[in-house]
Amino acid sequence: MKTPLSSILLVLGASFIGSFGATFLKGGADRLERNFKSLLTNWRLLAGIVTYLASFVVYTAGIRNGELTVLYPMVSLGYVWTLLWSRIFFKEALTQSKFVGLGMILAGILVLNLGNR
Amino acid sequence: MRSATIERPGTSPLSQPPAEFGTSKRNLKKSLTMVFGCTVLGAAAQILIKTGLKLLPQHARLFELILAGLMNWQIMLGLCLYGGSTALLVLALRYGELSMLYPVIALTYVWVACLSLFFFHESINIYKACGLILIVGGVCVLGLGQPKRPQHKEPM
Repeated sequence: MKTPLSSILLVLGASFIGSFGATFLKGGADRLERNFKSLLTNWRLLAGIVTYLASFVVYTAGIRNGELTVLYPMVSLGYVWTLLWSRIFFKEALTQSKFVGLGMILAGILVLNLGNR
Repeated sequence: MRSATIERPGTSPLSQPPAEFGTSKRNLKKSLTMVFGCTVLGAAAQILIKTGLKLLPQHARLFELILAGLMNWQIMLGLCLYGGSTALLVLALRYGELSMLYPVIALTYVWVACLSLFFFHESINIYKACGLILIVGGVCVLGLGQPKRPQHKEPM
């Protein structure tokens, strides 16, 4: 089965959108307070959830056609985006262990999906 | 008498920005445990939703599919677990760095592969095994590789 370009673009788009979901959730988590009202007024949490849902919809549209062993690992590109956003928006240090750890995880996801062929 | 802690009037303990003590050993453990729970819930959700999706009618219109999905307890429970998993992720993110915690979610792949062995009788092969080991290894590197003092400058 061939994987159409449209599916690849949709899944890549979903991973990009999803990485913003994580970023919004982090922003919201940093502003959590121990009362219910602040939970409702925390727009970052809401934005995170909405972004996740949007990413899920795009992803579902993407995996309808094409090879899942090709499409599944592409979602993990979202981790790379998230690393970038955490540096830009939260000034987190990008240490060697983060690069090595993420590299191993990405390689693992790729190899894991080779086994599903 | 000197107070040992710096008082911050008007802020509950939860409203303090966690960044200043974000990478202390205790918070690291706390946040990693929560992300761990988040991945277990996420994997259970995936298995449930996959089980539920298989029960949906094959050739139906979108509206009928959505309706059938809403009536399917596996899918609904799976979505609830996803909600719980996201809530745990938010709590975890309070205590740790996004760049360290987020890739740990890849552990979900490991649990899904293990659960699929039992529930969908999927086989395991050398690729899958190596992939799983790489993911677990990567998570270990992330978790163990945190600097002891977060403010300390990285030696080049």
